[in-house]
Amino acid sequence: MSEPTEDSVRAEVRAWLEANWNPDLGLVEWRNQLADSGWGVPHWPKQWYGRDLPVAFNTVVDEEFQRIGAVGVAKAGIRTLAAATILAHGTDFHKEKLLRRILTGEDTWCQLFSEPGSGSDMAGALTRADRQGNKWVINGQKVWTTSAHKAQWGLLLARANWDVPKHKGLAYFILDMKQPGVQVHPLKQMNGHASFNQVFFTDAIVEPEFLVSDVGDGWTVATTTLMHERRGADGLRSWATASDRKGRIYDEERAEIATTMEPYKWYPQRAGRVDLVLERAKEAGKLDDPVLRQEIAKLLIMSKSAEWTARRARAAQEQGRPQGPEGSLGKLVSSHVARLAARVHTQIAGADALLSGEDGPMNGLIAEILISVPATSIAGGTDEIQRNIISERVLRMPKEPSVDTNKPFRDVPRNLAGG
Amino acid sequence: MRFSFTSEQEEFRSGLRRSLEAQSSTAEVRRLMETDAGFDRERWHKINRELGLSAIHIPEAYGGSGFGCGELAIVLEEMGRALLCAPYFSSVVLAATAIMKAGTEAQKQALLPAIAAGDTLATLAFAEDEGRWDAAGVTLTATPSGAAYRLEGTKSFVLDGHTADLVVVLARRPSSSGEDGLSFFTLPGETPGLERRLLKTMDPTRKLARLHFSSVEATLLGELGGASAPFARTMQQAAICLANEMVGGAEKLREAALDYAKMRMQFGRSLASFQTMKHKQADMLVDVELAKSAAYYAAAAVDEDDDDLPAIASLAKASAAEAYLQTAIHAIQIHGGIGFTWDNDTHLWFKRAKSSEILFGDAVYHRELMMQRWAQQGAAA
Repeated sequence: MSEPTEDSVRAEVRAWLEANWNPDLGLVEWRNQLADSGWGVPHWPKQWYGRDLPVAFNTVVDEEFQRIGAVGVAKAGIRTLAAATILAHGTDFHKEKLLRRILTGEDTWCQLFSEPGSGSDMAGALTRADRQGNKWVINGQKVWTTSAHKAQWGLLLARANWDVPKHKGLAYFILDMKQPGVQVHPLKQMNGHASFNQVFFTDAIVEPEFLVSDVGDGWTVATTTLMHERRGADGLRSWATASDRKGRIYDEERAEIATTMEPYKWYPQRAGRVDLVLERAKEAGKLDDPVLRQEIAKLLIMSKSAEWTARRARAAQEQGRPQGPEGSLGKLVSSHVARLAARVHTQIAGADALLSGEDGPMNGLIAEILISVPATSIAGGTDEIQRNIISERVLRMPKEPSVDTNKPFRDVPRNLAGG
Repeated sequence: MRFSFTSEQEEFRSGLRRSLEAQSSTAEVRRLMETDAGFDRERWHKINRELGLSAIHIPEAYGGSGFGCGELAIVLEEMGRALLCAPYFSSVVLAATAIMKAGTEAQKQALLPAIAAGDTLATLAFAEDEGRWDAAGVTLTATPSGAAYRLEGTKSFVLDGHTADLVVVLARRPSSSGEDGLSFFTLPGETPGLERRLLKTMDPTRKLARLHFSSVEATLLGELGGASAPFARTMQQAAICLANEMVGGAEKLREAALDYAKMRMQFGRSLASFQTMKHKQADMLVDVELAKSAAYYAAAAVDEDDDDLPAIASLAKASAAEAYLQTAIHAIQIHGGIGFTWDNDTHLWFKRAKSSEILFGDAVYHRELMMQRWAQQGAAA
């Protein structure tokens, strides 16, 4: 068979879509067809719902889907991280049982990594996994778990061995969330939203076949999930917009997106809403203020060059070139942009920045920006951790001498009382 | 290509980097910066001939190589990295561009081939004692005198103005003001009535001169009274080229500071293993990479004739100015005491960072220029 080219892939997917696309189908029914044809995830293996195509062709396939108006597989939420992790480390049993329902959107997933005692130091997890007979019994607490209350499945990192150094004693499980030993409570944030949950485990059970990889390899598997999380963060908004076309399948997709996006509705605000700045300054009659103009310009320069830096990284990826340092900076830069934007919005609003809700500018939206921006430099890896990653992986600087990685985890100091 | 370089461009860059590393060692930079000329004519001719540098963006019809601003920007970035002491910016980026934008066909035929070959070293004299970088600040006058004109007044901050063979001058009709009545003129560097004085500069690697014109005869370049638009365009391109030169220097400094931190042992461990150092280095990488993205984007925007070029040029200049100086400040700090000594090379780039920050307008000036366009449009392009 000849090597696929952009033209051959385009022709093939177009022909398939023209023969099969039907907006009157149900969402799940259609996505099952996508799974069977491989066109839903063409970069996945042929054996598992894909076509073994290089990832670079996804753009072409997406373009053809958009051209005809066809709906794609479920792409929103933690399920994409679950899929990537299962493809990389899962058994055939996991793939057989779980991947199709991820693509159809029938199953919702959550990620059970962070704990109250360990955010940046995620490998310091204290949630226990103890063996009882051939089952695993889970006890402990996770936090910052998006969509935990809706999820069928959770990706769980827990400690199975306390006598080895911290990274070596972790196991990675797929946990059935719908069982009595799992309790989910919403977690209210400083901006009033409750997008995340706390998850408590009291003798929750994991059947042996739901262990991913070997006991002790949990950290390696978690690294795969986290890598996909970082990559996905850039694309968060691209799939979040529903089509405005009419028809049953579009209605179903819109409902799905609305549900999935509900916890993220303040996310644009946490990024600082740079898009509003010029319009707001104009409305406030402050566009002639030379001090404000300088601040706006600093913000626009930062946000434009951040966007162009991301484009450089993507261009390198698309051309199959090794990515330069520009690919590792986006997360840290987005914090700078968000903070600058909050400053500028404050300057523009003046005294009105004191007000929120219907008394506040833009019906409370500006206030929401000001009290949501602090999340940007914490969520998904703090700025400090990002700087460590950049300095160690990109700049090849040595790690700080470690005091916890060479001793049994049970001997590592824990948070002090009240900490 | 706003977000990537072609493999030809990458090859061009790496060849150029090797040559300039060999030709422009810091020992050589230190030797040349102590001279009045600021460069070595023989050696510069040789480097230029080998690499074809001054022909880069001049069209083939005028003896050039016909590449775009993208390639010119690569040259500048590598020159900034190597801190090359040569009259390149003055002759190729400023004078040649002004002639390309403003000259008549016959003038381009007459003037550009010698600049492209490197035989004529030209410069553009536009700023004056007031230190304004815009056309409206021009007070030097040009009065008709037979077929030629007589120039009266003073130009300052003229790059390589004391050594240039050919001077392109921005002058105005007496009693005109603002953007009106502006014309370009050309004259040989050695013309009766023209006094040229080398200025003492904070950055010894970039020579500036003050040119005093007492009834100096000069030839009109292009259309009488029509210099405003070609001058603006020349300055946009110059700002973009300078931004690229700056990111080249910034990256070099960043790498040098990183190497130093990795080499140095303090308190029994590598200086590079301290988190405070790692975080500073990560921040430096962010500063430089963002400025590079802007500089590259802007150079490509010239070649694509982007309508928004004035704003993009200012954006790139402001971004590079802040990034280069900040990197230089960090680089000195990382070196510690030795970084403040004359013998350590860091100050050579620090001074270039400082002079580049100011030349053609600082970050505050360019942010304002950018806002004048984007505030009017009502939205960021």
